[in-house]
Amino acid sequence: MNTLITLITAGITFGTVLMYGTLGEILTEKSGNLNLGVEGIMYMGGAFGLAGAFYYEKAVGAAAIGPVAIILAILAAFVAGCAASAIYSFLTITLRTNQNVTGLALSIFGTGVGQFVGELMRVKEGGYVALSNSLKNAFSASVFPGFFVKIPIVGPILFSHTIFFYLAIILAIAMWFYLSKTRSGMYLTAVGESPATSDAAGINITRYKYLATIIGGGISAIGGMVYIVTTAGCVWNHEGLSGVGWLAVALVIFCVWRPLNAIWGSVIFGAMMIMYLRVAIPFIPTQLYKILPYVVTVIVLIITSMRNSRDKQPPASLGLNYFREER
Amino acid sequence: MSESSKTPFVRLAKRTDIDPRRAMLIRIASIVIALILGTIPMIISGTNPFEAYSVIVQGSLLRRTYLNQTVKIAIPLLGCALAIAPCFKMRFWNIGAEGQITIGAMCATYFALYWYNRVPHLVLLLMMFLVSLIGGGIWALIPAFFKAKWNTNETLFTLMMNYIAIGIVAWLQGGPWEGRKGSQLIPMFNDAARLPDFNFMIGIGEHEFSLTSHVGLIFILILVVLMYIYMNKTKQGYEIAVIGDSVNTARYAGMNVGNIIMRTMFISGAISGFVGFLTVSGANYTLFSGVADGVGFTAITVAWLSQLNPFAMIVISMMLAVLEKGANTLQTRLQVPASISDIITGILLFTMLSCEFFINYRLIFRGRAAKEEKA
Amino acid sequence: MRGITKRFGQVVANDSISLKLFRGEILALLGENGSGKTTLMNMLSGIYQPDEGEIFKDGAPIYIHSPREAYDYGIGMIHQHYKLIEVFTAAQNIILGLNDGKMDIRAAEKKVKEICDRYGFDIDPSRKVYDMSVSQKQTIEIVKMLYRGADILILDEPTAVLTPQETRKLFTVLKNMKNDGKAIVIITHKLHEVMEVSDKVAVLRKGQYIGTVNTSETDPQALTDMMVGHAVTLNIDRPLYPEPKKKLIVENLTCVDEEGIKKLDGVSFFANTGEILGVAGISGSGQKELLEAMTGLYPVKEGSIRFINGDGNEVELVGMSPKKIRATGVGMAFVPEDRLGMGLVGSMGMSGNMMLRSWKNGKGALLKKKEPEELATRVWKELEVVTPDVNYPVRRLSGGNVQKVLVGREIAIGPEVLLTAYAVRGLDINTSYTIYNLLTEQKMKGVAVIYVGEDLDVLIELCDRILVLCDGKLSGVVDGRSASKEEIGLMMTHIGNKEAADE
Repeated sequence: MNTLITLITAGITFGTVLMYGTLGEILTEKSGNLNLGVEGIMYMGGAFGLAGAFYYEKAVGAAAIGPVAIILAILAAFVAGCAASAIYSFLTITLRTNQNVTGLALSIFGTGVGQFVGELMRVKEGGYVALSNSLKNAFSASVFPGFFVKIPIVGPILFSHTIFFYLAIILAIAMWFYLSKTRSGMYLTAVGESPATSDAAGINITRYKYLATIIGGGISAIGGMVYIVTTAGCVWNHEGLSGVGWLAVALVIFCVWRPLNAIWGSVIFGAMMIMYLRVAIPFIPTQLYKILPYVVTVIVLIITSMRNSRDKQPPASLGLNYFREER
Repeated sequence: MSESSKTPFVRLAKRTDIDPRRAMLIRIASIVIALILGTIPMIISGTNPFEAYSVIVQGSLLRRTYLNQTVKIAIPLLGCALAIAPCFKMRFWNIGAEGQITIGAMCATYFALYWYNRVPHLVLLLMMFLVSLIGGGIWALIPAFFKAKWNTNETLFTLMMNYIAIGIVAWLQGGPWEGRKGSQLIPMFNDAARLPDFNFMIGIGEHEFSLTSHVGLIFILILVVLMYIYMNKTKQGYEIAVIGDSVNTARYAGMNVGNIIMRTMFISGAISGFVGFLTVSGANYTLFSGVADGVGFTAITVAWLSQLNPFAMIVISMMLAVLEKGANTLQTRLQVPASISDIITGILLFTMLSCEFFINYRLIFRGRAAKEEKA
Repeated sequence: MRGITKRFGQVVANDSISLKLFRGEILALLGENGSGKTTLMNMLSGIYQPDEGEIFKDGAPIYIHSPREAYDYGIGMIHQHYKLIEVFTAAQNIILGLNDGKMDIRAAEKKVKEICDRYGFDIDPSRKVYDMSVSQKQTIEIVKMLYRGADILILDEPTAVLTPQETRKLFTVLKNMKNDGKAIVIITHKLHEVMEVSDKVAVLRKGQYIGTVNTSETDPQALTDMMVGHAVTLNIDRPLYPEPKKKLIVENLTCVDEEGIKKLDGVSFFANTGEILGVAGISGSGQKELLEAMTGLYPVKEGSIRFINGDGNEVELVGMSPKKIRATGVGMAFVPEDRLGMGLVGSMGMSGNMMLRSWKNGKGALLKKKEPEELATRVWKELEVVTPDVNYPVRRLSGGNVQKVLVGREIAIGPEVLLTAYAVRGLDINTSYTIYNLLTEQKMKGVAVIYVGEDLDVLIELCDRILVLCDGKLSGVVDGRSASKEEIGLMMTHIGNKEAADE
């Protein structure tokens, strides 16, 4: 029982990182853009998010307070992610470059920028970039008062998490509401399904694609920042962050492009990624647990294509660029 | 009717034909722009761009050891780009080269670790070579099979296969194949399982350059020629080209599209697997989970920017290798983070991808269009 | 509409056409394929702008620049290809692109329901489109227009994809809408439908406006005369081949598409050496399926297709793949309708395209490029293909030249059977004659030529016999030398055929 609880709470910690990455990519893919640059975007988010908090503290010194640092970190990561995916959008939407190749290029570029900024900060600040303990605490502490967390079972599972987890859940619900209940969300889905039909219906395809991809990139980038300020303990750590972006892409498939699924999906993925430390399943070497998320994703991908169930397919125009004159 | 007010400010027109010299000029311009943009991170980090670029060139080409290392970086890039070319020609988006390299390397490693004392040197290398082909090929065949049978999205499938492969190697590394207990490392290969190094002498004018590399370089260069022939001169290459253009036409001509997809992917995976073999046996002399090191992804951009032309791939892969190696030297000499190479590579990819747009389309501005109509 | 003219390049699709449409009436726009019906209506719905002429609504001139503006004027057109998002519900599709404040799917569903009840449509607004039949999809398109407040509805061949029962239902609904004061145009070439549903008929022929008559004062015969016009003499050479022999026997051929609709229904005929067998029929009557079934590209449900060898033996082709058919030594050439999407590789030059039939030739893995190159050069010279060189991508050639490349290649394989689908569609007069001559030349070499065509004038001057299809069924076979256009026109629409009258 105890193991299960620690597994779930640890799964949530890592899952929160994934949730941002995935939610951002869902929004992007809903518009028909397959942005394989998430890995790079999350690197950039991590580096710039950390930089945001660090330079804020450096500027105001001891006067730095947690909430402001959190907001600044989120903003810095979000803007960095938006900028990165703006490059992708301009290339694929306006200049009509191949989405796969452009996404991979963004991955290379983004990991480079993230790494560069992370290293540069370290070099400039004399070898070590660290936040004060009070800020670290602000990032990693639970938002609920202590006695909530101490409630047996329910406490650690529901109340012990950082603010980022609860924000991610709100974001997932908001995105679900946006996609399924609002006109604009419905139009976005239509754009991703059939740009030609949407164009004929008078929807501004280009605007939807740009906005969804750029904002989606921004959201994904927050995930990278969350990793750095929580799991990595406010220190630039590119090794831990490597592969997270790809996992987020996998999770999008696992969630069959639905934001609400991302909530539990990311917790499961998060748990699978750290399970090797906590649980032993007979006959399966613990180190192999790390591939479970990908194996599960492949199975989901195969089953949905075999059953050809129309509700669970990728957006129909995913990966394809749209040119009006080819109608 | 006020038609003119409806005309947008900029209109696009597809170019039917472009002077090849002009196309080349646009491409060169895009590289120059990338290099100019690349000065931004240099300036930020407080380095003189001229100095930095000269260090990059010196530190990758102008000394023997540097050149050797640059070529070592270029070999897998080039090999993998060759592997990807036929898939992309067929419009099958194989982004799983990373995993195919890893599996190929893994299969070769098995023989390197457990058979080195059972068979003669050459036989061992031959066995490693063969199993790397088969391993990489089968790894690529899996998504191709599901594509042919149920039209499963190959981009996402091949992407997932990468991490499964890497995960398996990570397990071997810390488990069954671990060397010293707790080291989390697979032991170094016995000499019998290593590819021999060669000295290449190249004479340019009065100067003689010598280059040391493992024999893989020769194989890869031969492969460039073979792939060019395969794609342009063989029946199978023709089938691939027809499917890439129109699946319906391929069916009309009596081709079995599913089988061709699977066959091509097998070949592609086998070549990537071969690259994995070269990497473990010629460069690293051991296996670890990061053996592919992003080569599978970078190679996709190499293949695409070369417009799937094998000879152009030599130039592009060398260019990226120069950047990477040069940036390493830059880090040791001027304390600029080596990740600057990824940034410049990224910018270079962006500008080179974009330049195809300006080669394929002509921008017509409103004012000029009116003039053209009058003329 | 007054004096509407539309040109595409040199082709005049509509030549100063004037048309009047009144509220509470159904106007049938009648004409053969390519007579300009759809083009004319596209100008009403904002897809094209007329080069000359004006459009008036309720007495005031209007200018329609886009489909959106057409909606604003209350004009809605239902195209043959439906533009729907498959994973959306009916109601979601209907409100797509509308901008009327907050989205309220419930209210939209309610309004859709109201429209349905009012006119007798039968759809569930909350059902997903991918679950729906073709006729339900069509219904959504119609309701979409009504939802937007359209009072002029244009339907482009709405019955082409419907079963007889569905057609009857559609007509009931159309009549309900008419009684509600809507003006309706239905584009069609099926005469019995015109007689059944319309109040007035406007006839177009080759871009010209022929006239408008009241349906109650006319009959199918008179309409056919208006539609096909008097026979035009084309002076196509039609020599007789000395001794025709049976080459291909098709018996009871039945094909079913993915959705289970019969595309071909028990078709039996034979083709002779040394003759051109014409295939007439309104578009979508099963011509495409017939040719593709013969070449092994379309699955056959029932029936047999037998090819007779040089030595008199019969070879059953049903169940063989295109590859196998070729391997068996059946010399069959096929010029498909979709030239660049099926018959040719657009990105390759003439040489590369010549190889499409011969790439397997020769031993070894290497392509034999010499012969195709020689062939390409020969076709280039002999058929006067306009191209800079034999490696210039055929996608960039004009339609006529693309067709010359395709036909040139197919003839070069020395076929015993030559199948052609709409071989002269979109070609200029000169190229068309080049193609006619090539086909006749083949016929005189003893080839069995099957010519699927749409221009009846050409069919009766070019072909020795003409097979007429209607709705996937064989309507009859007539002699090309004695048949009249009117006769074939009636067979195409099943007038006088008991089976059709029952439907």
